Amino acid sequence: MAHRLRKMLLYVVLLTGAAVFTIPLLWMLSTALKPIDQAMSSPPRWLAYKQLMDVDGQSISVGVEKIPTPGTPGDDNDAGLDTPITVQVAYQWLLEIDGERVPVKPVDSDFDPDTDAPVAVTVNHHLQADTQAGQRPARIAARGGGREDGGQVDVTVIDAEGYMSRVTVARSDLRKTYDQTIKDTEASFGEIETLNVSPAMLSKSLVPWNDRKDLAHVFVEQHPATAGDLHEEISLRWGNFGKAIEAMKMFPTYLKNTLFLCVMTVIGTVCSSTLVAYGFSRIEWPGRDKVFLIVMATMMIPFPVVMVPLFTMFRDLGWIGTLKPLWVPTFFAGAFNVFLLRQFFRTIPKDLSESAKIDGCSEIRIFWQIILPLARPAITVVALFQFMGTWNDFLGPLIYLTDQNDFTLALGLQFFQSKSGGTQWHYLMAASTLVVVPVIVLFFLAQKTFIEGISMSGLKG
Amino acid sequence: MTRTERQNLMKGLAFISPWIVGFAVFGLYPLGTSLYYSFCDYDVLNKPVFIGTLNYQDMVVDSVFWKSLYNTFYFAIFSIPLGLILALLIAVMLNQEVKGRSIFRTAYYLPSIVPLVGVSMIWLWLFNGDFGLVNFALSKIGIQGPGWLTDEAWVKPTLVMSGVWQVGGTIVIFLAALQDVPRALYESAQIDGASAPVRLLHITVPMISPAIYFNLVMGIIGALQEFVRPFVMLGGSGPNRSALFYAINLYQNAFDYLNMGYACAMAWVLFVIIVLMTWGATAASRKHVYYGGDS
Repeated sequence: MAHRLRKMLLYVVLLTGAAVFTIPLLWMLSTALKPIDQAMSSPPRWLAYKQLMDVDGQSISVGVEKIPTPGTPGDDNDAGLDTPITVQVAYQWLLEIDGERVPVKPVDSDFDPDTDAPVAVTVNHHLQADTQAGQRPARIAARGGGREDGGQVDVTVIDAEGYMSRVTVARSDLRKTYDQTIKDTEASFGEIETLNVSPAMLSKSLVPWNDRKDLAHVFVEQHPATAGDLHEEISLRWGNFGKAIEAMKMFPTYLKNTLFLCVMTVIGTVCSSTLVAYGFSRIEWPGRDKVFLIVMATMMIPFPVVMVPLFTMFRDLGWIGTLKPLWVPTFFAGAFNVFLLRQFFRTIPKDLSESAKIDGCSEIRIFWQIILPLARPAITVVALFQFMGTWNDFLGPLIYLTDQNDFTLALGLQFFQSKSGGTQWHYLMAASTLVVVPVIVLFFLAQKTFIEGISMSGLKG
Repeated sequence: MTRTERQNLMKGLAFISPWIVGFAVFGLYPLGTSLYYSFCDYDVLNKPVFIGTLNYQDMVVDSVFWKSLYNTFYFAIFSIPLGLILALLIAVMLNQEVKGRSIFRTAYYLPSIVPLVGVSMIWLWLFNGDFGLVNFALSKIGIQGPGWLTDEAWVKPTLVMSGVWQVGGTIVIFLAALQDVPRALYESAQIDGASAPVRLLHITVPMISPAIYFNLVMGIIGALQEFVRPFVMLGGSGPNRSALFYAINLYQNAFDYLNMGYACAMAWVLFVIIVLMTWGATAASRKHVYYGGDS
């Protein structure tokens, strides 16, 4: 009896602890999938949702200030269902231009749609030029300096990094596009045009509540309803990941840099550390173990001690603002990896090398053809740890990288947070998820290697 | 030296040559230069000017230096023992025969591999004073949560908690050590009527003392150099410099104020502190660490 009770208690404690340890990660994912108003609402909920309601015969998600809590959930006769509430409905005024439905903004927001008198509306649009780099926002260059004849026209375009340049394009390559989203309307080179149209040409179109902050010219109106009209659905916003990538602007560059560094440092570490570890374990030479003590001692040196001279050295080499300071040193064997591999190499029986030597094998062939294949598990551990170390490194990139074009994901994430932190929690969590998840996936793929590696480093130390 | 010995020496040196070059260029040279810079006024743009021990004298009267040292010690004194005790308890529990052990192990280990920048973001959000999950949970039990990252008194405890959250690596090392403790010891103790806490203190702890010592030293080295979390979460300072840790102060002196000489002097002081504390831990453990059949 006492035994069973103890076992129960053990489970309760373990489960509680496991929950505490996993909740932060789950909360990150949960927030990453929410619209911003749900991310910042109280009481918080785990899963993003939408409130659907029939408005003008169309089922659409609406905004609800406060949902009355029903007495008994699932009880249809609950009085709560009749509680009158006010819901908010988002909509756009759409105007058909050139066969395309374009959101417009009536100049007088209180216009009467049922009259015949023309109403003034504004519409945002862009000129898009077909350039070698794809479709880019463009502006026709100033008349004086620009050429505009023979179907050719000089335009100023903005490239993906935000730089302006002047190109000549065929007039047929210029297209006027109407802005559909808020992001479009805020982009450079946008223009606003006022049109006078008959109200009959305008159609009112409902917009899903959670999309109202993305689309251009969205208006909100109040609708009376009752709690029973509402119908809730889980609605995870996977699109947040794409939006977060867009908001970070240079995410693909960060990712490319990070992956490049990961590949280079893994190659560097594996190549150099295996060689050095071999020299410290498979060849007997006078003074070997004393020198190895020095290797171990270097692990004690705190990075800040060598930080400044390394910085000046890399600056004198012209490497500051490049990725080189972050990968070149890995080609010169880190102490920890040498230690780990040496431990493993020592467990391989000596006879293997001896008999190979008798057969006339050179040292480098023994290394390459006998030791390396046998040491695969240890090499995997070293490669994995190096990959993670590079992926997670923050201080190195912070010191050596100056240009956004060279940033790694870790640095880019911090840069994004320092610019937009405290406002766009859902995008920040989505971006964090993108940085965290690859590591977690890697862990699940190589779980055994991880655990072995850590035990290896701790136990025999 | 015989011919084979000489041959082996050449071969050995050839194999370790990447390390020799690396140690000279990225180890010895920076160490020496750093020590020299620590006695110089150096701003990267101009040549270093020798000023004797002035940097070290400045440190004594630099209140920001003492504040950062205090912050770092505060963090270390709480996070190291808390981390060790928690990791040991979890490891002991995971070492029991429980169903779903590997799932539990994964749950406890996973946070420790999360990139530190990611951890900082998650913590900023969880411990947000207005919308954070932690304060919401506290409000449920009638507690008005503080502004964890805006209230000077709570900044360091919050950082300690986020450090303890990443204790997974320590747990795994303890688990590996626990698996080597002979079962027979526990069985005979049980027959003698020793209770679970007694067995923990008198069998488990002594038997895995090498792992405790290892984790302690790693903890000291790590905690005294704590950088990323306070830097990212509190922009490198925090309310009333409450999150200005030693390594951050050092970084700011070097790269924000370009007091490279002073930064080097600070780094050497840090090195000495780390060596002293590690030596202290080693001396204290010499009496208490039990190395199976080795010693």
